[in-house]
Amino acid sequence: MQYYSKHPKIVQFAVLVAVFLLLCFSITPSETNYLWRLPALFSKLPSLINDSVKHLMFDWMLIDVYDPEIEEYEQKPLFREMTRSISSFFLFVIIFVREIILGGVKTIVAFTSWDFVSENEWLRWPALPWTVISGWAILLGYKLQGKRLAVLAAVTTAYIGIFGQWQPSMETLSFVLIAAPVSFVLGLTLGIWGYKSRLVEAVLNPFLNIAQTMPHYSYLVPVIVLFGVGDHAATIATIIFATPPMVRLTLLGLKNVPPEVVEGGMMSGCNKFQLLFRVLIPTARRNILIGVNQVVMQCLAMTVIASFIGAQGLGSNLMIALNSLKIGTGIEIGLCIVLIAVLLDKLSLAWANKQTDYFADLGFIDRHRYSLLALAVFAGGCLLAYVGSLVFKEDFNYLYIVPHNKGITTAPFWQTGVDWIWDTFFYSLKSFNEFLITNVLVPVKEAYLGMPVAATFLLVMGIAYILDGIRSSLIVGGFLLFIAFSEYWDRALITAYMASISVIVSAVIGITVGSVCAQSSVASKAIILMCDFFQTFPSFIYLIPVIMLFGITDTSVIIAAVVYAAVPATRYTVEGLRNVPPVLHDAASMLGVSRFQRWISIELPLAFPHIMLGLNQTVIFALFMVIIGAFIGTTDLGQLILKAISDAEGTGIGITLGLCVAFIGLAADQIIRTWVNARKKELGLN
Amino acid sequence: MSSQAVPAGKKEQVVIECEAVYKIFGDHANKLLQESNGNVDARAFQEAGCIVGVNNASFRICKGELLVIMGLSGSGKSTLLRCISRLTEATAGKIFVEGQDILTMNSKQLVELRRNKMGMVFQNFGLLPHKNVLENIAFPLQVKGIGTRESMDRAMEMVELVGLGGRENYFPRQLSGGQQQRVGIARSLAVEPDIWFLDEPFSALDPLIRKEMQDEFLRLQDVLNKTILFVTHDFDEALRLADRIAIMKEGVIEQIDTPANIVLHPATEYVSKFTEDVPREKVLRIESVMEPLDHSEELSDLKVSKDMIIENVAESILNEDKAVAVVDADNQVVGTLHASHVVNVLFGGRTQDTS
Repeated sequence: MQYYSKHPKIVQFAVLVAVFLLLCFSITPSETNYLWRLPALFSKLPSLINDSVKHLMFDWMLIDVYDPEIEEYEQKPLFREMTRSISSFFLFVIIFVREIILGGVKTIVAFTSWDFVSENEWLRWPALPWTVISGWAILLGYKLQGKRLAVLAAVTTAYIGIFGQWQPSMETLSFVLIAAPVSFVLGLTLGIWGYKSRLVEAVLNPFLNIAQTMPHYSYLVPVIVLFGVGDHAATIATIIFATPPMVRLTLLGLKNVPPEVVEGGMMSGCNKFQLLFRVLIPTARRNILIGVNQVVMQCLAMTVIASFIGAQGLGSNLMIALNSLKIGTGIEIGLCIVLIAVLLDKLSLAWANKQTDYFADLGFIDRHRYSLLALAVFAGGCLLAYVGSLVFKEDFNYLYIVPHNKGITTAPFWQTGVDWIWDTFFYSLKSFNEFLITNVLVPVKEAYLGMPVAATFLLVMGIAYILDGIRSSLIVGGFLLFIAFSEYWDRALITAYMASISVIVSAVIGITVGSVCAQSSVASKAIILMCDFFQTFPSFIYLIPVIMLFGITDTSVIIAAVVYAAVPATRYTVEGLRNVPPVLHDAASMLGVSRFQRWISIELPLAFPHIMLGLNQTVIFALFMVIIGAFIGTTDLGQLILKAISDAEGTGIGITLGLCVAFIGLAADQIIRTWVNARKKELGLN
Repeated sequence: MSSQAVPAGKKEQVVIECEAVYKIFGDHANKLLQESNGNVDARAFQEAGCIVGVNNASFRICKGELLVIMGLSGSGKSTLLRCISRLTEATAGKIFVEGQDILTMNSKQLVELRRNKMGMVFQNFGLLPHKNVLENIAFPLQVKGIGTRESMDRAMEMVELVGLGGRENYFPRQLSGGQQQRVGIARSLAVEPDIWFLDEPFSALDPLIRKEMQDEFLRLQDVLNKTILFVTHDFDEALRLADRIAIMKEGVIEQIDTPANIVLHPATEYVSKFTEDVPREKVLRIESVMEPLDHSEELSDLKVSKDMIIENVAESILNEDKAVAVVDADNQVVGTLHASHVVNVLFGGRTQDTS
């Protein structure tokens, strides 16, 4: 009793674990035992969603539409006409952007006709010489940050050009060029609306939470049904995926505008419009531009996944290479994606961090220096292309366009490397892999699957209750209940098993590495830089090396998830430890505390809430990676989502599965975040 | 609440008038206020989940007057100011600005009022970080729709007025606190407002700069002669600047009077806590201690102005044997002052208290 009043939580946990184990062993597995598995009450949910979507698409609000081909009015459903016109709009814009960069004829055809174009050859739209785009990227880098960014731009564009990835890279870029601005405008508008109206914010919040924990795959299925397959569908899926962070950051930015700046604007006599566009948005500039950075990164993260629904570009090439186990080509394309991601990340961050400058009374040349330089680059590039056409009479004009796969390729080199690794380490890798699977993974998986549903509920809700209280426990219970009533409880357990192993390993790695690095400011900076670098990789990239080493197994997925999810764990540990106020360090030193004692008794407890926030991220990251891992053949929720993509009835299944994954993430998020907030309040941190 | 004394000579034109203004924060503020019939008890309201910001404030400010609202943090002084500028909506009461009830104005009228009649300075400056000094000052003019050239010229005049010449192309982040507040002051004066609100304008500055800015402020007011509502938590600052001071506690105006009257006759115990340590000779003017003119008396040659602070002339008065003549601005003798009386006023009151 005395012990209980001293350490109530420890005793509560002990009781919880005891009851959990008791339930595990006492409940007999059987189909009719509801303590073992709940009945699939929601099994009708997917077909219900399917039916309503079908109704919306084919039977709802029939309107008369004039069909010019049969010269008659026809009854067509309103909604489908709407999605059709959205699709064709996006398709047109994509083709337009691509033809500006790569040249072509379809845009001109859209305004004239094929016959007209074939009669007039000169109408063909020429591609922009690659030297021009490269020059512009370098110029932009120089303008936004200086020499270092210019060099990065030069290296990236040179790599793309030399290795013959120009065309797919530009196709990928065209997605970003379209999806990013649309997401930006959408996100900004929704963010402003949410800022203006509390009601809108309250409605938006749960949607944003779910949108950010739903796996990428599950966006694809409804998009296919509504918009079909192709580049436009990929763009729309990308937009849906990239908008939520923009909304979040716009809201954050606007809320962080100091109240006195707003009042100052009002007292200066601004009306609502002026207040928004001349005071609020410019003051929130940095956060809004960080939102742009997020949007761009999300767009790139989607490029590979969007190739499932027919997006052209680097992503689909990478998929083809990986599917045929051409690891060499895969690495080359992967590097290309990484370089583009890093470059765009740095460019948009530099833009966000750039502060306005003012120089009075500049001359015309000084004022328009960069525009003039850009024009000069354009002219120079065109000139080079012309010279090229004289030099390379027979061959390709390398100064104009670099044809696909005609550049230098290092694929054979990588392939040799991979083969060498295979030959050298085959047995050790294989035995490690087998050991892991038979001795760790399979037993843990069996244990998860052998858990009665009642015991799972008790454990998860019990943890939520002990850490956060009854409210949190009920919310988490609600999330679990949805999954338990769906047909996918067992699959969800498999997802949970892979995610939890990854989370535990990444947390141990992340916290250890983070703690060690946090001891010195140089090491801290270095590790944060590394985290930044790894975070810019689109998640799919992580799969390339692990497939190479471990083939298509659970091990691959878990290792990819561990590496991917260790990044936030490390980052938050370093940040948390470094942010302990220096006054406390001084105070501790004066009390004669040793370095290790300081770490154990001062830094770690104070940094712990922040580290837990990192763990929260780790959970989400691990879940994402486990779901993406379905691509290389796992047997969890992700694999079902992947199947749903190619299924005519897939919409409902896809959405339900997506919600299941999102709810696993949200349950973890609920438990951790509530605890962190309470703990931060206790410690007086903010 | 104490007397509604208005300094002589400034009676003619009321610019701002508040009648029973209440501001209560919380969900059921209106309902609770109606039930209470105007007798608001802060504690009872707090138990009902409401916080009382301003509790039954009534006063007038005349043209060219400088009213300082003084109170500790949470006393509702900034809230009262924001009710009058309508940055916060008052829960009940009437507020007239130049005879117009501003609480009934629609947003368009309000924007017009702010564009032409009001200027405000903020504690943490509230400058726009993306605009330089000149653009910040020109902002209220541009918002009004005045052309770039004209607004920039006017802004440049303001830059010179607040002594920031040569720094007009700096950004707020490149300026010190005092310089930023000069920009804030210049911005608030750019539209030549009649009414000037200052919300703890010097509280974020360090003491030496604060003193300098107060002098600067008095110099500006001498030139511009605006109607001013000045909020501060610093009693010394209030005494230094004010024509009248309103002292607030928990949303209630405890006393509103001239600095001399507040120091000499604190209305409540709360007010006397502020006044007891105030060195009177540094606050009081000759006018507030002089005796009525007795024509039979022989006066010394020394003449002092009735507006002088006692400290500045005490030494010379104490050296005179005869009574000193007190004169007004037109050099008319309006009263006399004996050295013994000066000693009595300055020190007598306190020795009596202790005995």
